Amino acid sequence: MRKLIAHTEVEVNEEGYLTDFSQWTKEVGECIADENGICLTDRHWEVIEYIHEKYSCEEPLSIRGIKKSGVIDIKEFYKLFPGGPLKKATMIAGIPKPKSCI
Amino acid sequence: MFILSKATIENVYAAFIMANGARMEGIESEIFFTFFGLEAIQKKKLEHLHVATVGNPAMHIPTMLGGLPGVEALATRMMKSEMEKLDIPPVSEFLEILSDSGCRLWACKLAVDMFHLKEEDLIDEIEGVLTIGDFYGRADQDGTQLLFI
Repeated sequence: MRKLIAHTEVEVNEEGYLTDFSQWTKEVGECIADENGICLTDRHWEVIEYIHEKYSCEEPLSIRGIKKSGVIDIKEFYKLFPGGPLKKATMIAGIPKPKSCI
Repeated sequence: MFILSKATIENVYAAFIMANGARMEGIESEIFFTFFGLEAIQKKKLEHLHVATVGNPAMHIPTMLGGLPGVEALATRMMKSEMEKLDIPPVSEFLEILSDSGCRLWACKLAVDMFHLKEEDLIDEIEGVLTIGDFYGRADQDGTQLLFI
């Protein structure tokens, strides 16, 4: 379905994830973060950059991967994106929700 | 809240994956280790957990074969290698992940006493040793669900 985010019309699925990554901009990310009660800082952007890197290499994201990332540890990850960090961070980053169980 | 009473790999991982999965969804989770579940949090034992090859019909081998020396170790090795392929962490790393993710880990007092364990036998991520009453006190909140594994 279509949704107006940051004055641009984007395609999202029923959970609110962008279905076309090419429609993602920093402003769209900021708006989604805002809807989830998260105010993005430089640390958040570093994590989002890491997520985009993984996405472009088609490497699946997982909590274990975050632990090994060298960008952020798990404790901080949960603090930055409270209430389901992998789900929230990927939604803000404009990529599909990870299918990983771990 | 999960109560883990067994030390076979399949049971330990079931508890860990569900407790971690809950945190990933933004749901609070805690694990109470009791009886043989304590093996999973003992520094010296946690990397030596096995899959059960005897009395486990899902192994699809005759029970007598499952009891032969080395069969349990072989089955365990095979299962661990399959898990590594799926990027499932080993027990010690999984416990670190759980603790870092905010899953709270407790040991059962009665079982700790029964097995003559000391605090230094247990991993550092264990927050404390609780009686069942203490544990129920923690569980006494709206929407709490208890799962016994």
